[in-house]
Amino acid sequence: MNSLILNAATRLLVALMLLFSIYMLLRGHNEPGGGFIGGLIAAIGFALYAMAHGTAATRRALRLDPAAIAMIGLGIALLAGLAAALAGDPFFTGQWWFVGAEAGSKGLPLSTVLLFDIGVYLVVVGAVLTIVLTLEEEV
Amino acid sequence: MSGLSAELEQPADMEGDEAPSRTAPRPDTPRPGVGFGWLAALPPVLLALAFAACLPAVSNGETIRVAYDWVPSLGVSLSFLIDGLSLTFALLITGIGALVALYSSVYLAGHAHLGRFWLYLLSFMLAMLGLVLADNLITLFVFWELTTLTSYLLIGFDHAAAKARRSALQALLLTGAGGLALLAGLILMGLAAGSFELSEIIAQGDAIRAHALYLPILILVLLGAFTKSAQVPFHFWLPNAMAAPTPVSAYLHSATMVKAGIYLLARMHPVLSGSEAWIWTLTIFGAVTAVLASVLALRQTDLKQALAYTTLMALGTLTMFLGAEATVAVAAAVTFLIVHSLYKAALFLVVGIIDHQTGTRDVAKLRGLAGALPITALAAAAAALSMAGFPPFLGFIGKELKYEGALAIASEPLFVASAAVLANALMVAVAGIVALRPFIGTPGETPKLPREAPARLWIGPLLLAGLGLTFGMAPGLIAGGLVQPAVTAVLGRPETVKLALWHGLNLPLLLSLVTFALGLAFYLFHQQLRRLLIGLEARLPASADQVWDGLLRGLKALAALQTELLQSGVMRRYLFIIFATVALSVGATLVLAEALPGPFALPELEIKHWAVVAMVTAGAFMTAIAANRLTAVCALGVVGVGIALLFVMFGAPDVAITQMLVETLVVVLVAVAMLRLPGLEQAASRAGRRLDALLAIAVGGVVTATLLAIVEGPINRSVTAYFEETSVPEAFGRNIVNVILVDFRALDTFGEIAVVAVAAIGAYALLRGAKRERRP
Repeated sequence: MNSLILNAATRLLVALMLLFSIYMLLRGHNEPGGGFIGGLIAAIGFALYAMAHGTAATRRALRLDPAAIAMIGLGIALLAGLAAALAGDPFFTGQWWFVGAEAGSKGLPLSTVLLFDIGVYLVVVGAVLTIVLTLEEEV
Repeated sequence: MSGLSAELEQPADMEGDEAPSRTAPRPDTPRPGVGFGWLAALPPVLLALAFAACLPAVSNGETIRVAYDWVPSLGVSLSFLIDGLSLTFALLITGIGALVALYSSVYLAGHAHLGRFWLYLLSFMLAMLGLVLADNLITLFVFWELTTLTSYLLIGFDHAAAKARRSALQALLLTGAGGLALLAGLILMGLAAGSFELSEIIAQGDAIRAHALYLPILILVLLGAFTKSAQVPFHFWLPNAMAAPTPVSAYLHSATMVKAGIYLLARMHPVLSGSEAWIWTLTIFGAVTAVLASVLALRQTDLKQALAYTTLMALGTLTMFLGAEATVAVAAAVTFLIVHSLYKAALFLVVGIIDHQTGTRDVAKLRGLAGALPITALAAAAAALSMAGFPPFLGFIGKELKYEGALAIASEPLFVASAAVLANALMVAVAGIVALRPFIGTPGETPKLPREAPARLWIGPLLLAGLGLTFGMAPGLIAGGLVQPAVTAVLGRPETVKLALWHGLNLPLLLSLVTFALGLAFYLFHQQLRRLLIGLEARLPASADQVWDGLLRGLKALAALQTELLQSGVMRRYLFIIFATVALSVGATLVLAEALPGPFALPELEIKHWAVVAMVTAGAFMTAIAANRLTAVCALGVVGVGIALLFVMFGAPDVAITQMLVETLVVVLVAVAMLRLPGLEQAASRAGRRLDALLAIAVGGVVTATLLAIVEGPINRSVTAYFEETSVPEAFGRNIVNVILVDFRALDTFGEIAVVAVAAIGAYALLRGAKRERRP
């Protein structure tokens, strides 16, 4: 699609959408959001980019093949589940660390649950973009 | 040692992706040294010694039990039991396994896939050991299936030959199908007994025999045992399985795997035996298998095939005797089991040596080998004498016991005894053909000049045949230590068994004399008999093998027909079937369960709610009447956004966001695909559209009715309450939807994202190259 307005606006929009998608991913545990929603937003951002600049440019921007991104996400999610085994818990039991926790402040919460959500995010981005880009290129 | 057996002469690799150094050596090139292949015999030797150490305890009537929890919630434990029966089998498996491994290290030396062979062989041995030692029905089944799988790999070891592949698949399908029946039978048995532990089930045999499920259990278990132990009409896979390398045939198809079914029958004897159904089924199927197999054995011209049919005869005999309750009949079965394993493994290994050293297994070409292969001839003679049942070999004791046992069978002694005499007489003849004829007379023309085999080849058969003689001379060696505890285990009651060469002048001895006379006659006239049998065979409408092929063809045709019916390849038709099924099945359930919703009062709606309803309705109407696809998709998007607004209004922001995003993506995806699709006008006729409308209304109506019916009843909120309570304290998250997704139900989510990833790969595979195909 050759539209100057779309081209120019996309540069800004896509950056904002990606940032927003990560914001949605991170806030998901307490507020509406999460890996699935974040992944969809990022995927739509890249789909928009593909409309404006073509699929070749999108693939360059992605650096990695979208199918590979999906598989990496699946691997990360699996690792997050396996991590529970190290603590002797059943598969997929969430493990939490509160970095710098002290009285009155719970510190920075890190968890395998977040890692799992990142895996979900990557799978959604990778899977949706695999379909979108292939559709645009091949059909 | 510059030769290869017949099975190995085909090039080992057809794929062409193997490194050149891994192809099979040609017959003329010098082969690499035998190397350390004999090390593979070490594990079975050590295991055999360990089992031998259990002998004193077991002969004192003790049982040794080891158990680990496996899936405790399902009553599945990794428990093992060593009693007389399992110890007998374990010793045969490990002892013969060690000799076969030693033999294979020479027989298959230099083969391109030797490493693979060791892996398969040792895995098979472990599976077999697990099977005979298991004390839990499910554990037993798992090992049962493992023997099926590993034997598939072993039969198909020479995978470049179509015959080997076919035979392997046939064995796999047949024993696999029997395995499924067995699984069902074992589960029913576990349910009937209230426990999956064999030792507990055996203690309550009477309760199971009186149980309403007894007959189904019996039929299913027998199906498993009969397919595995190749009883008529499932017998044909065993001779075909001779496509495996000879050491494998010696091990699997004489001493071990085919005896798994016999083991199962013996193990289940205290639980299932004694009923009319058990006695008659086992007696008749066993007798028919034994007689048919020994007649067919005469018909063969290939040494290995002849031996395969005599194995069938042995399996039939064992089944026949296990049908009985009498102590002496069961003692006959256990003794014959040992006798048969010793001489049959020895003879198979001898046939392997003949094949290896002369290059042929054809009885017509093999004469006068005794001069060239003296030690092999000795082993063959000793094994054959045991097989034919001459004193002072163990085979004689086994045969006398068989006759005594047959006469002791209460139901049909005449039938069993005559079947046993006929089968044994034929056995005498086959023993002569296989182990006597090739070694006597004037030497004939063979593809290779025969020379005596290296020691590692003949040591196995010599040792096995020697054991047959030793145990025959001193039957006390096995009577108290093995046979008696095994008989005790089979019958489930303490028994005393004495074995002796000389039983006095009695009916069994007379039957023995009849057997020898008949056997000699069969041997002398075997060529005429063979011609007669070949003539008969030509007149049969179809062999069991052809019936099998017909069955497989029928199955494939059925699959093709069904695929044609269901897979039209037209998207509209698929969707129509799916939605019609949903509407019909859910609607029928609603009507049949009398769950149709009653009248309901419309709740007070605010203006914004009415606005959304109007928007969704307009969108749906617009979709239905749209003249082109783009309009339809956009209108559908309006419906989706309306639904998302409803989610927002009723407090499900996560769902609303997801809905919005998915709607956006769907519009993008469909818009991309749309450019290539034909217009709507061509796609559907007027009648078709009316049908579609009807279907849409039906689906919508059924879904609405279902939702209303659900809302009518009380909703169980205990799960919701649990998540509301535990979300923050246990999972540190306030967004319950997300906490459920990534923590409480993380495994489900993992499955879902795996599906998403696989769907993407599937779409990629379907779409890739679509453009090139369209415009070549």
